[in-house]
Parts: sequence; C-alpha cells; structure tokens
Amino acid sequence: MHGTERFTATVHEWLLSIFTAGTTHFVEMVLIGLAYLGFFAIAGLALVYLERRIAAFFQVRLGPNRVGPQGMFQTLADALKLVAKEPIGTKKADSFLYSLAPYFLIISSLMAISVIPMGAGFSGFDIDVGVFFLIAVSSIGVLGILIAGWGSYNKYALIGALRSGAQMISYELSVGLSLLTMILLVGSLRFSDIVQSQSDYWLIFKGHIPALIAFIIFIISGTAESNRTPFDLVEAESELGAGFHSEYSGIQFAFFFLSEFINMFIISAVAATVFWGGWMPLHLGGFSGFNQTMDYIPGPIWFLGKTGVIIFLMMWFRWTFPRLRIDQLMKLEWKYLLPLNLINILIMAFVVWMGWHL
Amino acid sequence: MGYFSDIYKGFKTLLTGMRVTGKYFFNARKEIITQQYPDNRSTLTFPERFRGRVYMPHNENNEHRCTGCQACEIACPNGSIEIVWDRILNPDTGKKKKTIDKHIYHLSMCTMCNLCIIACPTDAIKMSHEFELAAFDRADLTMVLNQPGSKLMDGVED
Repeated sequence: MHGTERFTATVHEWLLSIFTAGTTHFVEMVLIGLAYLGFFAIAGLALVYLERRIAAFFQVRLGPNRVGPQGMFQTLADALKLVAKEPIGTKKADSFLYSLAPYFLIISSLMAISVIPMGAGFSGFDIDVGVFFLIAVSSIGVLGILIAGWGSYNKYALIGALRSGAQMISYELSVGLSLLTMILLVGSLRFSDIVQSQSDYWLIFKGHIPALIAFIIFIISGTAESNRTPFDLVEAESELGAGFHSEYSGIQFAFFFLSEFINMFIISAVAATVFWGGWMPLHLGGFSGFNQTMDYIPGPIWFLGKTGVIIFLMMWFRWTFPRLRIDQLMKLEWKYLLPLNLINILIMAFVVWMGWHL
Repeated sequence: MGYFSDIYKGFKTLLTGMRVTGKYFFNARKEIITQQYPDNRSTLTFPERFRGRVYMPHNENNEHRCTGCQACEIACPNGSIEIVWDRILNPDTGKKKKTIDKHIYHLSMCTMCNLCIIACPTDAIKMSHEFELAAFDRADLTMVLNQPGSKLMDGVED
C-alpha cells in the first residue's frame, strides 16, 4: 500500500468517525474541491513565475527578482493587483456571455485536472473512461474562448476566437489519436490502470518506436491545444492585440491567464501519466534493488517532477520557435500529424498483436 | 520522397534552434547582460557608444573647440541647438572673427540622434554617458553648453 493511499484512507476513516456515511461523502467532495481550487491557484501562480524566470534566462536576462526571495512573490503581487482592478468592458458587449466566458475555461480545466492521478489514490474521481472524459472535457474550453471572442464585440477578439476554434478542432484529433495509440498497449481508459500497467517499464519504453512517435505527436498537438507559442495564433500579440481576451481586464483577465497555464500543466500531466508513468517511480524489470531505491521517493514528487520536465520542454519550445501562419498550422495537422498518427496506430496495433512490446 | 525529407528537415532545424537557445539557457547565470540599475549606480558600466545628453568638453584653461560654425544647428532635425554668436575683433591679427557667445542646447527636444556630433568639424561637442535627465522645471532642460568665460582653443580652425 502506498503512502498516499494510506493518507486518503486515514482521512476517510477519521471523517466517518465524526459524520454519517452520507455526510462524509458530501464533506469529502467539498474538501477535494477546495484542495483542487487551492492547487489550481498555487500551480497557476508558480507556473507564471517559472515561465517569466525561464524566459528571462533564455534571453540572458534576470527576470523578476525583487519581490521576495528570487522574486517568488512577484506573481502573487500581480494577482493581487489584478483582483483590485476594475473590470472594464466594451459598451456593446453581450454582457451575459462576456462575463460567462472565463468560467467556462476555468471549469473545464478544473474538471480535466480532476481525473489525473497525482499519486496512488490521489485523483478526484477515478472513472473507467478517464482518458475519454479528459478529452471531452478539455474541449469545452474552446467554447469559453469562442464565447469570449463573440461576447466582447471586438473584431480582434472574434478573429482570435475563430482561429482558436479551427485550431482546437484540428489538433483535438491528434491528441486523441496519440493517446489511443498508448491505450492499445494498456487496454484500459482508466488512468489508474494506465499508471499501474507501467510498474515494470514506462509505456514509452514498452512501446518503443511507435510510442516515441506518439509521444512527439502528443507534445506537438498538446502545445497547440494549450494555445502556446508556436501555435499561439489565438492571441498573436503582433496581429490581434491579445486575441480573445483583449477586452478583458481585472480578475476576468486573470482567469484567462491562469487557465492558460493550467491547461499547459494538464497537457504536461497527461503526457507524464500516459507516456512516462505518472506517479510510478522509474522501474526497470529485473533490477529489484534499483526499483526499491526508486520507491523511496514518494509518488506525488515523481508525478510533479515528470510534469515539470515536460513543462520546461514546452517553455523551451515557446522561447525558441517562431509562430506558425494559419495555413501552415492547418497543413501541419491535416497533412503531417494526422496521417502519421493513423499509420502509427496501425503499427502499434501490429506490435501489440505480434507481442513485440516489452 | 519529399514528404519524409521535409519532416526530417523540419525536426533538424527545430533541434538546431533548440540547441542555440538551450546553450543560452544553461549558461545564463554566467553571462547575464542586464544590470541591476539602482543598486549598482556607482559602478555602472556603459557601452562605448552609449548616447546620453550632449556636452562640450573644456580643457583645464577653460577653453573649448567650438568655432561657432553652426553646422550642428543646421544638422539638428528638431531645432534643439541654438547658437548665439558675434564677430569679435582679434587684437593679435586685427581681424574680426566669428566667436560663440552661447551654445544653447534644448534637452527637452533632443532625441539623442547623434547627427550634431557627426556634423561637427572640430569635435567640439560629444555625447556624454549622463542619462538621469529628469527635472522638475522645464526651464532646467535648456542649458548653455559652453562654460562662462570660456574661449576658443588656440589653433582650432574649421
């Protein structure tokens, strides 16, 4: 039994000793919701800080280093400033849709993050269609972007939102298909099963060549899904101001900003879970001494570490690659990623059929 | 097989780019190019060609090199330089010679474009490294570059 599982079991028994079974269920739901909201805020702020700091190092600058040790509290100060600011919108904006849009993004990211296991027994709800649910829920986010673009009554916002729609619909395919490639190996859509199946080797080692191709495709389309450079046509600063959120200010802008970074975290977490074993420590079949040493590092640290490596990779992309044009974006998806992905699924199916995987 | 060679070339160029930025990232601690300005105010280092406000160097005898030819005044695109001059009799030669009275410099209009320094035939004015130029009164931004009682250095001709 893992430490994290023991922790959740202890909390569950403690709550049962105080309340009835029904109340315990309710209290647990509230507690988990609060935990996710807290994690959401802290992770968002930390990622904004990391992004700014890493961007600075890529450009041989120092970045924020004044507020707190090494500038750690800079994003907290920025968030406080954004909360204190007055929300200003356009006069002709559809005020209902305009104020609704940020919550679509926030809620879709919160729902998506809830199925990812951060340790043994550390996931909001572990349903047997986890991967399917994640893909379905994360595409609700694009609805928020479209509503924001439509509701703000601004041509730049609308262009940005429609670009986002085109981009999301295209790249959703690649994300889904590359995850499907790995599911062929596991045979289950449940995230805990996916992690459990990697207790001897991570899936990227198990599936070797087709898994590596799927991983590369997933990282590319995941970067596009989270609207980051080189796929940030949605908010292309040089053409559209800020795209779909150009008319937002104050806390609503902060919601958009945070959800963008949380989306990056979700994409990295999914990549870490499906390809690199999630919270499962690095295990090599046969070396039991090595495996036991690795087991001393707790699961959540493995999970956050792997996610962090992929987040760093995405930040590296952002500060290296130039932005794609909209036709290049479509060409990359429909002429390169999608056909390669379909062929890759066939190869993977063949590999699994012949039993060539580890 | 242009399709697959395109993919190969794409990945190759992307990795080349990532290698360049990665090199900068991992050596970032050693070669930060920004300076922590208000903290190191006493030890600031300037690039050689840094353009602060215009100044006129004087030597120890309070002599400058400005002949009053007005080339800088003509060269200035937004009229930041104004020269007040007169023809003054030189007692040695008995000839009248153009001499500056005031070299007036309006910092409020200057864009530090360097054109006056290029135009000057005698190198009388230069760009200083002074950059903290804010003032509380607009009149403080109009300054006379030649010091009071200064005169032309001997042997400077344009």
